[in-house]
Amino acid sequence: MLFLLRASKYVVGAAFAGVLLLSFYIGVSTVISSPPAATAEEEFHLHPKHLSLSSDGPFGKFDKQQLQRGYQVYKEVCAACHSMSLVAYHDLEGLGYNEAEIKAEAAQHDVPAINPETGEPSTRKALPSDHFPSPYANETAARGANNNALPPDLSLMTKARHGGAAYVYSILTGYKNQQGYKNEKGEVLLEKFPTAKTPGGLHFNPYFANLNLAMPPPLTQDGQVTYAPGNPKPTVDQMAKDVSAFLVWTAEPKLERRHATGIAVAIFLLFATVFAYLAYQNIWREQKAKVRVTGALEPENQAKSRRAKGKAGIAG
Amino acid sequence: MATKASAGVTDHSEGTEGVRRRDFLNVAAVSFAGMGVVAVALPLISQMNPPADVLALASTEVDISKIASGQAIKTIWRKQPVFIRNLTPAEIQAANAVPMSDLRDPQSLAERTKPGKANWLITMGVCTHLGCIPLGTGEGENRGPFGGYFCPCHGSAYDTAARIRQGPAPRNLDVPEYEFVSDTTVRIG
Amino acid sequence: MSFSWAKPYEPKHPFMKWLDERLPLPRLAWGSVGGGYPVPRNLNYFWNFGFLAGLFLTIQIVTGIVLAMWYFASADGAFNSVEHIMRDVNAGWAMRYAHMNGASFFFIAVYIHIFRGLYYGSYKAPRELVWMLGLVIYLLMMATAFMGYVLPWGQMSYWGAQVITGFFSAFPLVGEPIRVWLLGGYAPDQAALTRFFSLHYLLPFVIAAVVILHIWALHIPGSGNPTGVDVKDEKDTLPFHPFYTAKDGWATAAFVLVYALFVYFAPNYMGHPDNYIPANPLATPAHIVPEWYFWPFYAILRAFTVDFILPAKLWGVLAMFGSILLLFFLPWLDKSPVRSGSYRPVFKRFFWLLVVDILILGYCGGAPATPLYVGLSQLAAAYYFAHFLIILPLISKFETPLPLPNSISESVLHGEKKEAAPVGAPAHSTTVAG
Repeated sequence: MLFLLRASKYVVGAAFAGVLLLSFYIGVSTVISSPPAATAEEEFHLHPKHLSLSSDGPFGKFDKQQLQRGYQVYKEVCAACHSMSLVAYHDLEGLGYNEAEIKAEAAQHDVPAINPETGEPSTRKALPSDHFPSPYANETAARGANNNALPPDLSLMTKARHGGAAYVYSILTGYKNQQGYKNEKGEVLLEKFPTAKTPGGLHFNPYFANLNLAMPPPLTQDGQVTYAPGNPKPTVDQMAKDVSAFLVWTAEPKLERRHATGIAVAIFLLFATVFAYLAYQNIWREQKAKVRVTGALEPENQAKSRRAKGKAGIAG
Repeated sequence: MATKASAGVTDHSEGTEGVRRRDFLNVAAVSFAGMGVVAVALPLISQMNPPADVLALASTEVDISKIASGQAIKTIWRKQPVFIRNLTPAEIQAANAVPMSDLRDPQSLAERTKPGKANWLITMGVCTHLGCIPLGTGEGENRGPFGGYFCPCHGSAYDTAARIRQGPAPRNLDVPEYEFVSDTTVRIG
Repeated sequence: MSFSWAKPYEPKHPFMKWLDERLPLPRLAWGSVGGGYPVPRNLNYFWNFGFLAGLFLTIQIVTGIVLAMWYFASADGAFNSVEHIMRDVNAGWAMRYAHMNGASFFFIAVYIHIFRGLYYGSYKAPRELVWMLGLVIYLLMMATAFMGYVLPWGQMSYWGAQVITGFFSAFPLVGEPIRVWLLGGYAPDQAALTRFFSLHYLLPFVIAAVVILHIWALHIPGSGNPTGVDVKDEKDTLPFHPFYTAKDGWATAAFVLVYALFVYFAPNYMGHPDNYIPANPLATPAHIVPEWYFWPFYAILRAFTVDFILPAKLWGVLAMFGSILLLFFLPWLDKSPVRSGSYRPVFKRFFWLLVVDILILGYCGGAPATPLYVGLSQLAAAYYFAHFLIILPLISKFETPLPLPNSISESVLHGEKKEAAPVGAPAHSTTVAG
């Protein structure tokens, strides 16, 4: 009986290991006999372009003027299809607007409301306390207007995608003509993967994981948005950068506060660590000094001991 | 200072100087820990304060153009009821006729309204006794013996200037901070 | 425990005497973490991680209670309530990031703490129960962390809940009814969310209670030490306060500094972007992965791809649970009387192989399930089971350990490795002055 109990561990171990090695063997033979085919997505997908923003890094800060330009691009180009429901008008003080400007800005937009006399659904002018209204009443309406695709809410977009702002910037500036498109190895997409032709209603963009995106290029020409004087020229590249920077703010309005607090906390903890370490050494000094040698040491340890004594200025 | 590690005798030459240095280090380390605890406690306590979206609703604008003389409406400000009443000339006269010595909480109608807008009485709709909502704003509601508001919970009676005249309430109905943005719009808070 | 030289608690202040006669809490503190608890004098920094784990439990409870003041456990409102915390609540972003990263650091501390136990034989007699209570804490931590991750109701929250509760349907007959009972529905929805919130709030307090038992069980024999040799007399120990309070103090400051760097400068590094997308039951993410601390087990789960008597899915689930459950038997799988890996050369090599193996499993668990990573997981998982169930028992039967030092104090006070007098060998000098 005891023997069975003792043997059970070997049996269980052998069973799990055995089934795993069997799976491994079958897996390897499958890969050798029918190697998995390369896919268009693997071969032609591009990693995001490099984008440097003022908000990058532990000391990053927002460029409020850029944020204001980005907000303008959002309003005039993106807001037609994309909601931004987590941002409220009063949050715009983070862009440098004052109370009066925010009130005026809000009043330019309508939000759903109930008519106080008839009870029918209607609209009213937005207040600073309101969140940005959605362009569509609900998901069905959104899909109906966009070929069954749902334009996602943009509030958290730079936190909800690998690559963040660089990804958004790459998508916006990355639309390409699929005809004759080559990757870095020089392979032509449509020659290598003829079935990967962009279906109707989609648009080819190698920065998108599936290569074909439902959103048509939103920024098509320079000057699509007119920037106020004193700003850089609104090229497609500039507008894409600005709206990407704005989306970093919408995803993380407390970024500057977080960085500032972090620096203070890190310095405090650095001092605390140093003081605490010195206090620890202080308390342990006598105990650590009790390392004491009795009798003759091995030759290599004799040398170590001589060196240590020399350093401490002890004779002998 | 070198410690004589090979001798069996404890070295006292560091003496009092060393003790003071040691104490300082320990005290410094513990006080940093203490500062850390306080620094952590502060945001933990402050997070219970109203968040930004509640603070954004801290003031409301109300359209008063539809309130006829002698009528009152109830509206909401900071999640509490506010009474906005358009006083009739008779009500204004009655309010001004009351001597200060008759009032538990002496205030004149002029102190409770804006100059040139004596007919607009804007007060909280919360009885200052224990917080019930007094009657008197709606058509046909009981306005109590003083013709203002009447609280059904414990019988506090307010006059035409919403001042306490009878019953357990200690203070007149509170007048919130407000201003006339225009002749037809009031901003409360 | 029964160290005769432990300094007794002697209250001087009249109030402290009064309190001691009625409710001896200060006496309890003195005897467990104060001047009255003798601890081996030779502990290294791997012994700091138990305290750090307890600290992070406290951090999680405090930040969690605060977050619960603002969180709204509704399928419609949960995601937005978390964003409300991030944007509008005073210091809400700090609480949320502290709680999110606190979970990761809790697991980092616990994993180092567990590996300390594996290397130094902390699970061996008479500390078997300390080990098993620790495993109970670990299982409770995993349940708590899983449920906590569901609460923001992002894509990974929802789909992680789908996958993990889907495990139960692997069990024949009873599996599906258990799954539906767990969820209160056919898929993660309002019922699952509210009950996960309730249990997520409850379990940390259960963990705290088990932690008290874990420390109590430890304090009966007293703490282990890197040599694995028992404490013999007063020379071997130092009182916990001030020696180990000071050591824990500075190591805590350093560890919390690293934690703060993540919270303030890389708060989303250990997370997954997909959880910033609101849950959509109709759209599966490209790669469903749990949080990093579950990756080794996820790799074991996905490693079984072949039906052999049992379906592959059931093998995966059994192996995943089995990989933790077998640890309960460790004191009886590894019966070598020598505790510390320092004196077990063969064991030591396999231990490091295990560490590398678990790191590989972890990496594969977070990677997409392509043939390369699945293949690696299969080999690594096979080694994992072989290590505990076959290799360790055999090693403990056939290994010749190195000679142990006579005592802790001799191994410390002689200072040089070769000077530590081995049991039975002629010592250079047996008397230690002072």
